[in-house]
Amino acid sequence: MIEARNVTKRYGDALVVDDVTLRLPVGGITSIIGPNGAGKSTLLSMVSRVMPMSSGTVLVDGLDVRTTPGEVLARRLAILRQDNHLTSRLTVRELVTFGRYPHSKGRPTVQDREHVERAIHHMGLDALAERFLDELSGGQRQRAFVAMVLCQDTDYVLLDEPLNGLDLKHSVAMMKQLRTAADTLNKSIVMVLHDLNFASCYSDHLIAMRDGKVAFQGRPEEIMRPDVLRAVYDLDISIQRIDGDWIATHYR
Amino acid sequence: MRLLVAVIVLVLLALGSLLIGVSNVSWHSLFSPSPDEQALQVLVISRIPRMLAVMLVGTSLGVAGLILQMLVRNRFVEPATAGSAESASLGLMAATVLAPQLPVLGKMLVAAVFALAGTALFLLILRRIPLRSVLIVPLVGLVLGSVFDSITTFYAYRMDLLQSVNAWKTGDFSNVLRGRYELLWVTLGLTCCAYVAADRFTVAGMGEAFTTNLGMHYSRIMALGLLIVSLVTAMVVVTVGMVPFLGLLVPNLVSLFTGDNARRAIPWVAVGGAGFVLLCDILGRVVRFPYEIPGATIAGVVGSVLFLYLLLRRDARVG
Repeated sequence: MIEARNVTKRYGDALVVDDVTLRLPVGGITSIIGPNGAGKSTLLSMVSRVMPMSSGTVLVDGLDVRTTPGEVLARRLAILRQDNHLTSRLTVRELVTFGRYPHSKGRPTVQDREHVERAIHHMGLDALAERFLDELSGGQRQRAFVAMVLCQDTDYVLLDEPLNGLDLKHSVAMMKQLRTAADTLNKSIVMVLHDLNFASCYSDHLIAMRDGKVAFQGRPEEIMRPDVLRAVYDLDISIQRIDGDWIATHYR
Repeated sequence: MRLLVAVIVLVLLALGSLLIGVSNVSWHSLFSPSPDEQALQVLVISRIPRMLAVMLVGTSLGVAGLILQMLVRNRFVEPATAGSAESASLGLMAATVLAPQLPVLGKMLVAAVFALAGTALFLLILRRIPLRSVLIVPLVGLVLGSVFDSITTFYAYRMDLLQSVNAWKTGDFSNVLRGRYELLWVTLGLTCCAYVAADRFTVAGMGEAFTTNLGMHYSRIMALGLLIVSLVTAMVVVTVGMVPFLGLLVPNLVSLFTGDNARRAIPWVAVGGAGFVLLCDILGRVVRFPYEIPGATIAGVVGSVLFLYLLLRRDARVG
């Protein structure tokens, strides 16, 4: 279980994440939603120890992320951030193989190679495995990075806006692949999403943030309500129930 | 295996370089039943050390360039444009002026400390620039290098050391003799270190968060890379002088076909760097035989043309 206690991030006088205490559910998909500047990505980065906290504690399976050796955490938790626009010229397979590094320490075994091939296949990258990252489209590259964090084979997978730069078809494919990963590989996936309806349709749990705080959390049907979303986004959003999903219509 | 072919070509080139020079050395005179004593001496005292120095410099500076590019995540830097070489020169001058009796090893260490500080300052400045465009990074390096350079020039002018400073800046292999280049073997050790840590550098090249996610210490990798780059630069500056474009050109060329996985790229950069400097040195020795043009000058001319070509054909990747 991942537990954040009084986590705060301060830049000078500005509070980006304000004293957040939170338990992330085990299993399934949890999506963090909220307007720009709500502190979603910052919270995710601090929870995954790639950004230092101003104050507070984060425990992953009871291990304090500040004091636990990096290599131990790297086998429990994987994070994919949105700063991969500046990439090295690695092939897809090389990148995904680096996901095994916490296990293999640079000497991949036969078992590691199987993990790599499975992750590549799972993300539909078989035909692109030998291509360099800088020769791929943004969406293909995004899938390659997701394949890498899946290959890291951690219980917790944290993704910052995994749909960024993906078109509709690839967004749907990505969410389905993540759903399968959560269901069949028993992973706990936590992600920051901007698209409310993707979050609603594919998540087991939603966390709505505003002004650096967790405003609401609960199952999609508890969050996908006009009064709740009004408080989060300052916007009148009507909710339709379509084919069992809660869909927000906020375009007019 | 393509790398093997490249190594064979390099060895042939190296053997060929032994035969070029004013005094006549040929395989015939060396391996005849009564070998030519003088030719043998020229070979052992001058030609072989020169060949080895050329290849060691090519290998280590090429790999140092590759590592520096991964540390700053930018393809357009090399030790000669990141303040490393300039600060090493400054350190060498400080050592020459303040402690002239210091042995070469001591001077090298002073130069290395300066190079370390200069390169670290470069990285520190880059950290302070929040939104760094690709082209800002080499510009910062050039500005920083020029600042070091002007300090060096100012004092060198006053101390009548301009000639020495020029020698540090322009790699010239014509003075390499047995007993005067052996320090360069240390650079081979450093290159091997870089190869052992290759995966770490590749990962660091993907950024700090990426590195932390995989459970590695970003700052330790940075420190190791900084140490390798600074030591290599200092040793090259102290022994033969800087060779421009090498650390920029060779890693970029290699990246085109092997990619940036350091485990795969380092052997190619090592062989390619040695070959590049060897070719430049040979060219410098034959274009106006029996006189010589410094290898670094040739490298500057050849390198700038090749690099322009690289820039123009890959302009899409600059942005």
